[in-house]
Amino acid sequence: MEKIDIISGVAVPLKRANVDTDQIIPAVYLKRVTKTGFEDALFAGWRNDPDFVLNQPAFQNPRVLVAGPDFGTGSSREHAVWALRDFGFQAVLAPRFGDIFRGNSGKQGLLTGQVSEHEIEKLWAAIEADPGVAVTVDLVERTAVLGDLTVPFQIDDYTRWRLLEGLDDIGLTLRDEAAITEFESRRESWRPRTLPVK
Amino acid sequence: MSDTRPPARTLAEKVWDDHLVVKGENGSPDLIYIDLHLVHEVTSPQAFDGLRAEGRPVRRLDLTIATEDHNTPTLAIDKPIADLTSRTQIDTLRNNAKEFGVRLHSLGDVEQGIVHVVGPQLGLTMPGITVVCGDSHTSTHGAFGAMAFGIGTSEVEHVLATQTLPLKPFKTMAITVEGTLRPGVTAKDIILAVIAKIGTGGGQGYVLEYRGSAIRSLSMEGRMTICNMSIEAGARAGMVAPDQITFDYLEGRPHAPAGEDWDAAVEYWKTLQTDDDAVFDAEVFLDADTLEPFVTWGTNPGQGASLSDTVPDPSTIIDPNERASAERALEYMDLKAGTPLKEIPVDAVFMGSCTNSRIEDLRAFASVIKGQKKADNVRVMVVPGSARVRIEAEAEGIDKIVEEFGAEWRFAGCSMCLGMNPDQLAPGERCASTSNRNFEGRQGKGGRTHLVSPLVAAATAIRGTLSSVSDLTTETATTETATTDAATRTETETVEV
Repeated sequence: MEKIDIISGVAVPLKRANVDTDQIIPAVYLKRVTKTGFEDALFAGWRNDPDFVLNQPAFQNPRVLVAGPDFGTGSSREHAVWALRDFGFQAVLAPRFGDIFRGNSGKQGLLTGQVSEHEIEKLWAAIEADPGVAVTVDLVERTAVLGDLTVPFQIDDYTRWRLLEGLDDIGLTLRDEAAITEFESRRESWRPRTLPVK
Repeated sequence: MSDTRPPARTLAEKVWDDHLVVKGENGSPDLIYIDLHLVHEVTSPQAFDGLRAEGRPVRRLDLTIATEDHNTPTLAIDKPIADLTSRTQIDTLRNNAKEFGVRLHSLGDVEQGIVHVVGPQLGLTMPGITVVCGDSHTSTHGAFGAMAFGIGTSEVEHVLATQTLPLKPFKTMAITVEGTLRPGVTAKDIILAVIAKIGTGGGQGYVLEYRGSAIRSLSMEGRMTICNMSIEAGARAGMVAPDQITFDYLEGRPHAPAGEDWDAAVEYWKTLQTDDDAVFDAEVFLDADTLEPFVTWGTNPGQGASLSDTVPDPSTIIDPNERASAERALEYMDLKAGTPLKEIPVDAVFMGSCTNSRIEDLRAFASVIKGQKKADNVRVMVVPGSARVRIEAEAEGIDKIVEEFGAEWRFAGCSMCLGMNPDQLAPGERCASTSNRNFEGRQGKGGRTHLVSPLVAAATAIRGTLSSVSDLTTETATTETATTDAATRTETETVEV
């Protein structure tokens, strides 16, 4: 995973609450067995609406999505993160995220910053006053800066550290392999086994 | 076991502590051991690719099991899958299972089916274990007192490689449901009412524990229905403490412990109760006595109401985001505020999904439709949760009841719950569905979903409008007693056509 510290680029206001992962990427696009090339699938149900925000000239080549509360709820599909990333998004700011979506984002280098509803509305207003304006999301400082407006965001320390360092989770865990093996040696015999290991 | 927690613990904390491999320090997550990893075709191909790229094996093949469910057809399963992309995805799982040595139940196999139906029916799901799957409805398995939650594909790869996950401790929320459900009111109505109460984000960051007399009196199937939809309230996991009902369900199943192992397991499982003086981070109460059949009117599972209610007026909602969401939902659903929910006609009824496709669900549905005919203009699809459930239902004659009713009896899979396979709604079609998500386009682009229980689905299939079983009873009573009332008789006949 690549290291992330500062993300800068066009900010897009998505003024909707409860944008679930079925909206981010409908199920029909989950048939693919690859991990890239999902940009065509992002918000597919809304993209044929010319008024949809991503179709507006000012918001081409966006980097930061500024969304309403409960973004990424529902299905665990990591394809939602891949679609946002493949489209060019590097960060999503929202008042609340679906837990699984937020976890998936952290594994794939998509920054999810939690911003209060009040501050999200200030961001929306600033973007609408100057459509196409760039925002700078600073992971070191945990701030989003848009012109004169500086908004703090929350991200947990551990995810922030992993993103800053570009660390791979499996590699980190395997440093503890001895502890895993020791734990396994104590596992009770009644616990489930899928294979007949008699 | 952790020595930093107070001695009184909740069920979730007990299971967590018993799976702690490495305690996280300085803000790092805990490393948690995973007892059971369920795999399916949609969220695993990229995970196996990752293993291959790094030259890593599956660490514990004996704790891993795969099935085909999300993207499989429910008709003509003996023929090659027509959709080439779908066929490739299924073939990819088969090739990965073969290459890595993972046990797989393929289409046509007696143990194939929805992953959350297969685990419990094999007796793999049991109290006090950790279960994960690349599917958010893994919360289902919490009905046994397991800690079970959905994960993304990166985490699927992580579990395949290490049999562990780095996790931050969850907060705990008690959902206490006291009282006795009235006839026609079910587990599905409880969970729809809970989600309407706490909202789709209300459970974020929590493990929910369902408690109280109404939960204790539910069968395992009912408890699974409730835990299944925990994610619809934003919670990754929901749990019910195990009891005799749990033990009776498990005993004798293929992978359930036997002999001395069974005795040791039951002794441990009996300790998996929240301690009397344990403290939850949040508590919610629901009265079962007054609960009515519940139905959603909007495009998220929190937008629901009692079936006897009307479509709500968004202008009465104070929160601006919720109000905008409701306005948008009514537009998408093509509904007007103030319309009685029971006057909403449907085009389709879907009976299935990991929420409601177990044998008890099919029995409940069949008990209502037996000897009846479906409404003419309604298409009704019944999809058993697994091949084994299908066989069991056929042995009881449920397939005949379904077919005589005029409904379609399909092969097992996720089907129209998520509309990945050909089982989809057409644009504008309205469906009463026993599944778990009423999101825009979930059951097919432009499709409109009302989430309901199997009983409401059955009554709706008969009447053609959203209905409860009590609406049918009223009609039967009317037919028997009011033979001289021509108007009533006509109405009854119309309904029964």
